[in-house]
Amino acid sequence: MKRLISLAALAAIFGCGSAQAQYTDGTIKIGVMNDMSGLYADLTGPGSVVAARMAVEDFGAAAKGLKVEIVGADHQNKPDVGSNIVRTWIDVDKVDVIVDVPTSSVALAVSEIVKDKNKVFLVSGAAASDLTGPKCTPNTIHWTYDTWALANGTGKAIVQTGGDTWFFLTADYAFGHALERDTAAVVEKNGGKVLGKVRHPFPGTDFSSFLLQAQSSKAKIIGLANAGGDTINSIKQASEFGIVKGGQKLAGLLVFISDVKALGLPTAQGLIFTEAWYWDTNDVNREFAKKFAAQNKGIYPSMIHAGVYSAVTHYLKAVSELKSDGDGKAVVAKMKETPTDDKLFGKGTVRADGRKIHDMYLFEVKKPEESKQPWDLYKLRATIPAAEAFRPLKEGGCPLVTG
Amino acid sequence: MFELFGISSQALFGQLLIGLINGSFYALLSLGLAVIFGMLNIINFTHGAQYMLGAFAAYFLLQYAGLGYWWAIVLAPLIVGTIGIIIERLFLQWLYKLDHLYGLLLTFGLALILEGTFRNFFGSSGQPYSVPPALQGGQNLGFMFLPNYRAWVVVFSLAVCLTTWFVIERTKLGSYLRAATENPTLVRAFGINVPRMITLTYGFGVALAALAGVMAAPVYNVSPQMGANLIIVVFAVVVIGGMGSIMGAILTGFGLGLIEGLTKVFFPEASNTVIFIIMAIVLLIRPAGLFGRGA
Repeated sequence: MKRLISLAALAAIFGCGSAQAQYTDGTIKIGVMNDMSGLYADLTGPGSVVAARMAVEDFGAAAKGLKVEIVGADHQNKPDVGSNIVRTWIDVDKVDVIVDVPTSSVALAVSEIVKDKNKVFLVSGAAASDLTGPKCTPNTIHWTYDTWALANGTGKAIVQTGGDTWFFLTADYAFGHALERDTAAVVEKNGGKVLGKVRHPFPGTDFSSFLLQAQSSKAKIIGLANAGGDTINSIKQASEFGIVKGGQKLAGLLVFISDVKALGLPTAQGLIFTEAWYWDTNDVNREFAKKFAAQNKGIYPSMIHAGVYSAVTHYLKAVSELKSDGDGKAVVAKMKETPTDDKLFGKGTVRADGRKIHDMYLFEVKKPEESKQPWDLYKLRATIPAAEAFRPLKEGGCPLVTG
Repeated sequence: MFELFGISSQALFGQLLIGLINGSFYALLSLGLAVIFGMLNIINFTHGAQYMLGAFAAYFLLQYAGLGYWWAIVLAPLIVGTIGIIIERLFLQWLYKLDHLYGLLLTFGLALILEGTFRNFFGSSGQPYSVPPALQGGQNLGFMFLPNYRAWVVVFSLAVCLTTWFVIERTKLGSYLRAATENPTLVRAFGINVPRMITLTYGFGVALAALAGVMAAPVYNVSPQMGANLIIVVFAVVVIGGMGSIMGAILTGFGLGLIEGLTKVFFPEASNTVIFIIMAIVLLIRPAGLFGRGA
């Protein structure tokens, strides 16, 4: 029922309805699907639709004679709901490209459907590195970040500064498992040890019981392999139960700007994590963020929103060069062949396995007194160069690479 | 110390205590639901949204009026309770004679509208709200570190639950209420204003939800969907306890908190499901619930 309501509302907003013609007849249709109403709505949600729209405007689609239409939908973090929407979009509404799709379990399901229907899938929201590993397809590009990159950035930095025993608090679905697996590998590779783990239902409300188990493990680092509202609640309750005061440290393995905002600096200060993009790093980003916030109820863009912008830009470039959007494999092949270049992520490439390559950044949350305005939240600790930021091509086990 | 299934008794005590704390939220929420169902015959699906309103009211009071937690614990239930009374006067009073389903659909719709509106204005990540200064810190109990605030939650909600039970089951006012539910016409004949009593009861039930919301604000994330996550579990608690049974709601609330706490230790993946498994079993054996009077 919720899905019907949101679909109807979004259909009304974007004026979608009857089946549209293909680009060969003049229309490129972009479907932005994500969590519009649940715990991931602020870091993906309607903001991703805004980002896609800005990309289309900045690309000057209308001036180039392209007719681009954007539709949005809420998958409620459920693979079955997401699969149904994508099938309807492709079969009935003639959507050419699916964008964003946080929640790895949904993204993995969508990736298979998009491959079967030979369309294009640009992942910004989902994290599981399997999307460019064993589950890679010739129709999917994984844009913004993945669990391997997060683990590599945050895990390595923490182990090297002495945090060598870990306990994981893991969201019990594809994403959490992937993040835990990739981080554990990094920890062990750098000489650390994993003492234990507990898997919590997704989404959860009360984490105190799991935190207590983490506490009694005596691990130096409690790795939070979850996201969004789950991470917020875990950190909030960890501070309440005196876990940080007791000498253990939290490692937020996936933290977004909206999470830090919701926690408030007094609770979040000092947290270290890896992200692909932050608004306050140069003038272009700052200008983008202000323009974005004006259209998104004042909420500043997350790295996922920036990733949607970057991905849609590159897609439009490829499609307008090919002058066709009918063959998804051909479009993705073109996107892989052309180096990427957009104002938010700069220059980059898309690898054979579908992995988009760019720099990643290690950020630290500012102390309350260091912050000058409500969204002034991070300081940069280190830049992880593109060549080291992502899993080496050969290690992923992607059939497109190994043959 | 002895060990049980590989878990030391120390850890076990800690987990039981945490179960009790979560149970007190269940108890407080299911109590409000039970009061409303028992007295009004309305299945109040807006309860989760009203719990969320309570937490947001606390946040607004702090943000815009500078009034802290202790003010919020008094004012938020009053404000949200008043909103409840308005809802009852505007919508619910026309539904008492109709099938339960109408009340359920109306309150469910209201919950969606409220949550959607808050999400539109405040986003889904939630707002920060900190533990009041007087209750910060905690006690080292030897087997665990108990935050003072959590201890307060258990004690306070237990007191509220028992007071409510006492008022409804053991006082004259409560006997009027119960009589009015059984036979409103007869009670009216004694000169008691039944519609007003019903309205106030709904307001009280809603105020209980808001109170739980204020208590949750410092420990859970104050977000528009905080109630939606909890309401289904709370309904299961009410069904297990027996629809409309006050004591049933309280005891099952705490009891299920404990069971859920233990599940989190032995089989964490199932901790969201265990309550519904129990519900299914209880409904098979005692369809009216553990403390229900039977249909």
